Amino acid sequence: MKKICLTVVGLCCMLLSAFSQSDNIDTASYRSKKLQFDEAHLVSGYYNQTGDHSAVTGGTGTQKLNDVANIFDLQFVKWNNANNKYTWNAQLGIDYHTAASQAYINLSGASNAGGTRVYPSLNWNVEKNNGFTFGAGAGISYEYNYQSINGNFSIGKISKNKNTEINFKGEAFFDQVTLIEPSELIPKVTTTSGTTYTTASGNVIRSGGDEHKANIPTSARNTFSGSLTLSHVINKNFQVAVIADGVAQSGFLSLPFHRVYFKDQDSAKIEHLPNTRYKLPLGVRFSYFAGDKIIIKAYYRYYTDSWGIKANTASIEVPYKVSPFFSISPFYRYYIQTASPYFAPYKEHLTSDAYYSSNYDYSAFTSQYFGINFKITPKRGVFNIPFFNTLEIRYGRYTQTTGLQANNIAIDLKFK
Amino acid sequence: MVKVKLMLATIAVLLLTGCADVKAYQKNKLNDSEMVLGDRKIQKTESNFESYREGASGANGGKVGGGCGCN
Repeated sequence: MKKICLTVVGLCCMLLSAFSQSDNIDTASYRSKKLQFDEAHLVSGYYNQTGDHSAVTGGTGTQKLNDVANIFDLQFVKWNNANNKYTWNAQLGIDYHTAASQAYINLSGASNAGGTRVYPSLNWNVEKNNGFTFGAGAGISYEYNYQSINGNFSIGKISKNKNTEINFKGEAFFDQVTLIEPSELIPKVTTTSGTTYTTASGNVIRSGGDEHKANIPTSARNTFSGSLTLSHVINKNFQVAVIADGVAQSGFLSLPFHRVYFKDQDSAKIEHLPNTRYKLPLGVRFSYFAGDKIIIKAYYRYYTDSWGIKANTASIEVPYKVSPFFSISPFYRYYIQTASPYFAPYKEHLTSDAYYSSNYDYSAFTSQYFGINFKITPKRGVFNIPFFNTLEIRYGRYTQTTGLQANNIAIDLKFK
Repeated sequence: MVKVKLMLATIAVLLLTGCADVKAYQKNKLNDSEMVLGDRKIQKTESNFESYREGASGANGGKVGGGCGCN
């Protein structure tokens, strides 16, 4: 403990000395005082997955899923007379997925297997001439069964020589989970004219093929997080960042259409998990320019949470600069986690268990992810289009020891 | 606890060796777009599926809430 205290004191001393280094004269040329377009990104991705442990069907059954994601990101900047830099960022994301297991929310497999998520956000940031940075932002996310609003703020300080930066970001998410339950667990009345599904209090939620979504109750899920990042230039080839997050969640943290089957009971229940969760991830990143063409980027994270999961993540990416305008980057990521005591496979829970889930996201497993990234930034623009600054393509293959396998391919078009 | 100590020791070693005052004109390699200390924009979709398919998330500049990831 004494050694940890000494290390922390040492880190603080070095931070203080880093921020007290001599000023550099800013030789920047004229900067526009008007709000100007800075850059735009269009990121599109396609993800597909297979597996046999869907939580919708109690830890057994298909996990086949396809997802198409599109994110449009637009950034504007301006400087004021005091040479403070202001950045505005607007983002719009639209995802569409089809999940085979989702059809089995209705036991007959008749539920809609598709869904769309829309998530716009706005962020503002100022980098002041004295090295302080401030930011704020807000966003929403909408899915048929899940709505979220979020807000964030950040404060940071960049050292005068710009070799050290410390930043704190706070975020809050206020989510609503629509309590769509497996069909066989919803109270229902069957008459000669058909079956009517109701809530426990008797409100009709589905009748004659029509869904009355307004009558389906919702439950709150709140997330608060704080993230502290310290980045530092070690030398002209090497820089490092340390990230410490703290996350607190409360509310309905289960999912209402995840079934759990028991050893000592024939019928299923819906997943039941604690209504609080605390997460503590600690990460370190570095990037090192080795020679003139090779860069080594590495990342390590240790994670622990109040649900009993401990995880280690290590990844490495090695961009090779074929030319100043073209790079190829193979990457590899290894992940290992312990199981939560709230998890058990199909029909292995007992009804006496306080908490139960057959969601394999909480099981013990290792995963590997590897692939390659291509990035081209031609001097005259991609396809000789001057404002088409960069084209990036990334493919990765993901495997878990649970049997889940996935492919992910993405493209990023950058306009500047 | 051993892991936390190891991490703190690693950070301390990295920072202790970091006394070099790198000037702006010496940062041409540090300013290379591949040297960024963070995820690429193109990694947004993969950090999403990783956080949905695994028990752990965070400490990578990504989001910590706001989506269902139900399936």
